[in-house]
Amino acid sequence: MNKELLGIGVLFGSTVLLAIPLGRYLATIYRGDKSWTDFLAPLERLLCRLGGIDATRQMTWQQHLGALLTINLVWFFWAMLVLCTQGSLPLNPDHNPSMSADQAFNTAISFLVNCNLQHYSGESGATYFSQVFCLMFLQFVTAATGMAACVIVFNALKEGTTDKLGNFYDYFLKSLTRVLLPISLVIALVLAFQGTPMNLAAKAPLVTVQGDSVNVSRGPAAAMVAIKELGTNGGGFFGANSAHPLENPTYLTNAVENFALVLIPLAMVFAFGYYLRRPKLSFMVFGVMTVSFLLLLAPTVYYEMHGNPAIAHLGADQHLGALEGKEMRLGAAASAYWGITNTVISCGSVNSMHDSHMPISGMAELLGMMTNCFYGGVGVGFLNFFVFVVIAVFISGLMVGRTPEFLGKKIEAREMKIAVIIALLHPLLILAGTAMAAHLYVGNPTEYAGWLANPGYHGFSEMLYEYTSSAANNGSGFEGLGDNTLWWNISTGVVMVLARYLPIIGPVAIAGLLARKKFIPESAGTLRTDTGTFGIMVFFVIWIIAALAFFPSLALGPLAEHFTLYAR
Amino acid sequence: MKNQLIPAVRLTVVLLVLCSVVYPAVVWAVAQLAPGRGEGVQITLNGRVVGFANVGQKFDRPEYFNSRPSAADYHADGSSGSNKGPSNPEYLATVKARLDTFLLKNPGVTAAQVPAELITASGSGLDPHLSPQGALVQVARVAAARHLPAASVQALVQQHVETGLFGPDHVNLLQLNLALDALASHK
Repeated sequence: MNKELLGIGVLFGSTVLLAIPLGRYLATIYRGDKSWTDFLAPLERLLCRLGGIDATRQMTWQQHLGALLTINLVWFFWAMLVLCTQGSLPLNPDHNPSMSADQAFNTAISFLVNCNLQHYSGESGATYFSQVFCLMFLQFVTAATGMAACVIVFNALKEGTTDKLGNFYDYFLKSLTRVLLPISLVIALVLAFQGTPMNLAAKAPLVTVQGDSVNVSRGPAAAMVAIKELGTNGGGFFGANSAHPLENPTYLTNAVENFALVLIPLAMVFAFGYYLRRPKLSFMVFGVMTVSFLLLLAPTVYYEMHGNPAIAHLGADQHLGALEGKEMRLGAAASAYWGITNTVISCGSVNSMHDSHMPISGMAELLGMMTNCFYGGVGVGFLNFFVFVVIAVFISGLMVGRTPEFLGKKIEAREMKIAVIIALLHPLLILAGTAMAAHLYVGNPTEYAGWLANPGYHGFSEMLYEYTSSAANNGSGFEGLGDNTLWWNISTGVVMVLARYLPIIGPVAIAGLLARKKFIPESAGTLRTDTGTFGIMVFFVIWIIAALAFFPSLALGPLAEHFTLYAR
Repeated sequence: MKNQLIPAVRLTVVLLVLCSVVYPAVVWAVAQLAPGRGEGVQITLNGRVVGFANVGQKFDRPEYFNSRPSAADYHADGSSGSNKGPSNPEYLATVKARLDTFLLKNPGVTAAQVPAELITASGSGLDPHLSPQGALVQVARVAAARHLPAASVQALVQQHVETGLFGPDHVNLLQLNLALDALASHK
């Protein structure tokens, strides 16, 4: 078998095998049971005491959201402050300037919402201080926020009737101290030993073998790259993200980084089953997600490994696949696998340039973000999936003439309204945003000529991708888009905020409402949700609602490009 | 919300110390044991730093194995890909021009022998590698420019092929070209 295909097969297999025990571990620590990491409890108590927080007080769903949103607001102001003044702050040996207000707004929002859309380039647009104290800090805490929100929902779905759903700070701090920090440390060290820099020195000037003068950018990259992947943030230290040979020096680091970003989203699915002591339910969810993931992965690997037909037409040798925007140490298969894992999961780091991928690969990446729940981002991916489960329960309940119930709780009009609003918000934000941008562009193509790096269908795909990535809190891009302008900074900033907080508030509210309802024990009349049949139902609900809403836009962009490119 | 604001600010300060001071400090301290001591692995020749092992540099002279086209022109403080779409006519014209130039510089080579990486730009613009074919197809030109026997240049390329259990085989161009310089000076 081809070594490149074998590499991605082994990578996916080992990620699943390690995600299962991690899921069990996550369930244990969030439930508060005894675990081998209890030696960290004194540290957590110290953090609480210094922070003035009571991590034992039980909270209702409204109190949870209050705590979550308040601390997020604090982080927003911190990020704005740092980014607007970074030029005069310490740890700036390359003398990079402060960001403009609109770029700082976009960047602050983008890292605050775990999106990491980057309208700047790390080497010249950020300083070591802002990278470490603002961007990397947010990569840790926003990942922990997503995980905490997910645990609130787990907790609400337990048997019984209650409005006490645990403590936000407890879940949040444990996610940091017992998951994100220790695993990041291991990954950062693997990267450092493979050649990723970890220093505070300025650019290194040197004269190359051939006699050219260049400056090599470095910095505290290893620490940031680890949490960038593990927390499904995706914001790279360098402009080229994980395609950069210092950010991702070898095939091994590529595998480790790719493993890291898939790990927690997968483990959260298994944690769900262990937490509720219904492991079969997890396997239903995992099955639906994995089938969909493979459906997107297979065509992408195929088209990337088969090369660009227009270049084949010139007669060049493309047996290694389509290589524009790819790195030779990684190859086409690992780049395709990375592209799909990073879009079904809202990480959005890149190790090859998505703008240069084949049209069908670009479409698969768009679909990964449009559905946004096949594994999904840390914590929030599961929340998105939960919304679709609620809708599927309701529809299938009506189809077979039974009261729609999920885990012993009736799903009624109020929960359904919230679920449908959240499910439809995503296409609304993406399509409305793209429509407005396309309208502006068509109205004055000369003024906005700097926006698009490619003409025709592909140019449309660039705009569609940018809003899809923002609304999915993904952060990758068709980076040919000239996006550091007032329009793109503000409009994608607004989309990112709405698309982060509403899909957290919605599912937490649904779960909180369900938790307060009377618990109905399972009987012969209950619609079973841990079966293959129900899995198929969820699968079609997601594909019909999420994917079909976007079909016309995909037909205008990637599909049209595909048929023109392959028709010659 | 007011009674949550003060703890939120305090907790943020505490976490800044944990995530942005303690964590990177530990990574930095341990990285001192890594090759290159966390500074990036530098390659020196006669006491002068000539490059970083992992960072590609521009080789476009006939007597060196040439590196891939780069959207960043190998400026290692501004990494970037071309971001050209696969159907962009302007881009395809550039690719065709690169192929024609390559064929002109390497007489005797046919288009079907030119691997695609030599006419396409990498993702970072700093790709330090070529596929083994990407180097082998340049052997005749390099050997002629250096007045070396083609067989020994070809053997040099074979020695520099890095291969692993998974993933594509590749050749580090900086190391290959330094070895080539050494070979030529011992002639």
